[in-house]
Amino acid sequence: MIVGALRQTGRLFALAAEVGRAVFRRPFQFREFVEQFWFVASVTILPAALVSIPFGAVIALQVGSLTQQLGAQSFTGGASVLAVVQQASPLIVALLIAGAAGSAICADLGSRTIREELDAMEVMGVSPVQRLVVPRVLATMAVAVLLNGLVSVVGTLGGYFFNVILQGGTPGAYLSSFSALAQPADLYVSELKALVFGFIAGIVAAHRGLNPRGGPKGVGDAVNQSVVITFLLLFFVNMVMTAVYLQIVPPKGG
Amino acid sequence: MGIEVVVEGLTKSFGGQSVWRDVTLTLPAGEVSVMLGPSGTGKTVFLKSLIGLLKPERGRVLINGVDMVNSPEREIYETRKLFGLMFQDGALFGSMSLFDNIAFPLREHTRKKESEIRRVVMERIEVVGLLGAEGKLPGEISGGMRKRAGLARALVLDPQIILCDEPDSGLDPVRTAYLSQLLIDLNAQIDATMLIVTHNLDIAATVPDNMGMLFRRELVTFGPREVLLTSEEPVVAQFLDGRREGPIGMSEEKDAATLAAEADAGAVPAPPRRIVPQLEPSPGLPPRAAVTRRRQRVMGMIDSLPPAARSAIRETYASHAAAPTLTVPSAGSGT
Repeated sequence: MIVGALRQTGRLFALAAEVGRAVFRRPFQFREFVEQFWFVASVTILPAALVSIPFGAVIALQVGSLTQQLGAQSFTGGASVLAVVQQASPLIVALLIAGAAGSAICADLGSRTIREELDAMEVMGVSPVQRLVVPRVLATMAVAVLLNGLVSVVGTLGGYFFNVILQGGTPGAYLSSFSALAQPADLYVSELKALVFGFIAGIVAAHRGLNPRGGPKGVGDAVNQSVVITFLLLFFVNMVMTAVYLQIVPPKGG
Repeated sequence: MGIEVVVEGLTKSFGGQSVWRDVTLTLPAGEVSVMLGPSGTGKTVFLKSLIGLLKPERGRVLINGVDMVNSPEREIYETRKLFGLMFQDGALFGSMSLFDNIAFPLREHTRKKESEIRRVVMERIEVVGLLGAEGKLPGEISGGMRKRAGLARALVLDPQIILCDEPDSGLDPVRTAYLSQLLIDLNAQIDATMLIVTHNLDIAATVPDNMGMLFRRELVTFGPREVLLTSEEPVVAQFLDGRREGPIGMSEEKDAATLAAEADAGAVPAPPRRIVPQLEPSPGLPPRAAVTRRRQRVMGMIDSLPPAARSAIRETYASHAAAPTLTVPSAGSGT
């Protein structure tokens, strides 16, 4: 049981290393990359925007109510923005990349594997990792970074709307506390998180897709596993990155 | 001329259960070989091991000095370009049209212009008789057509070694006969080494130069076709006659008690087997260069063969005036 888990972990890392090497091997599959980028973007943009509005609102309402009780209502803007940019946005991106894009990639690769398409590709001397996995991983990474920007903006606007319009906060206080507490490093770490999440989601989806157990049922199981494993990894990695960030980057307000 | 494939002591198992042990054979360059075996004896596994898709635990597969089992991945990928593998169900890319499927190896491995690719692909499509279907998706055509498209894709890079996984499964007898002829014609045209894995007796009887058989986790025999076709080995005899009486049972092997009961019942002896002549290339095509080479090779080893095979070979070559005689000064070796 434990050996099995370790073996899978090892294979996952081996695939990650192989992808890392194959990224630089010519010829780069530009066409496949563009197609995958387009696909991943098209299945994630709309849900991401729709999820980020209520998410920004929830944070604004919750933080607003808390700060109101503490008498620090003028800092609502800064707090809710930091929560949205640093935490909510990369996680929303992670959920969508893993849930929408990762599952589709895993199902696609998995069904190709059981139809022996990938074997056929290898037989023709074409590496499936270079031909199929690398463009997909790069596409999920790129979309994650861009999507993270979108979610940050939409989430922040949503938070602003709810705080200012519904809770009667002052626009000026919201914005000034934002620029008092937030710094560019917050945005950078948010984008870095999205980049890492995109990589992990792409690798896990590809790994499960390349190794389905048995027939069509195995593909279904692989998709399920891929989403669950990605979620677990992403939340853990998010915790580590947040902890490291808070240690090494001095807060602006302090 | 094709490339010799040398297999040495190959052993493969899945989760402790061995598929076959210690398989040693040589596919002679440019000749057509058939690997027979009841279902479930690891014929497809053998094929995939030759090309390095599966890694046997022990042994080597040598092609041009590259070991497909243990060499670095990079060399294996390079060597695979010499291969054409026809999968059991074609293994076409479901999202591409037949044309794009067949053009895939060309687009990946060559810098040919699109017009050149089109010419080569249409040529292959014509060879396998799929003209008019090139725009269809693999899901829209019959199994037999998928198989032929798979063959066309395997051929498009002019492979030196062609492996066919059950080319007959799912085809009617007429199409199987056409396919047999197609394989022989191909061999005459490109002189590639070919290995066909099958349990179809018509293909086994008419196509190959050499035959082998896998059973009970080992290679029963491999050699010139006459050796297997005249063999009195119970497994081979049962298989070639398609009888129930013999060591092969419904689930691969029979136990000793059933065998003994069969022996007591005194099964009717099968009529003697007759060796059917091998297929010739279609009229208009060049003769197969492998024929001359094989004749020299077989005549060189004839003294080590069993007597029945020896006389069968002598008979074949005596009655077969068209086959070049030994006195022809090594016509095939220069190619």
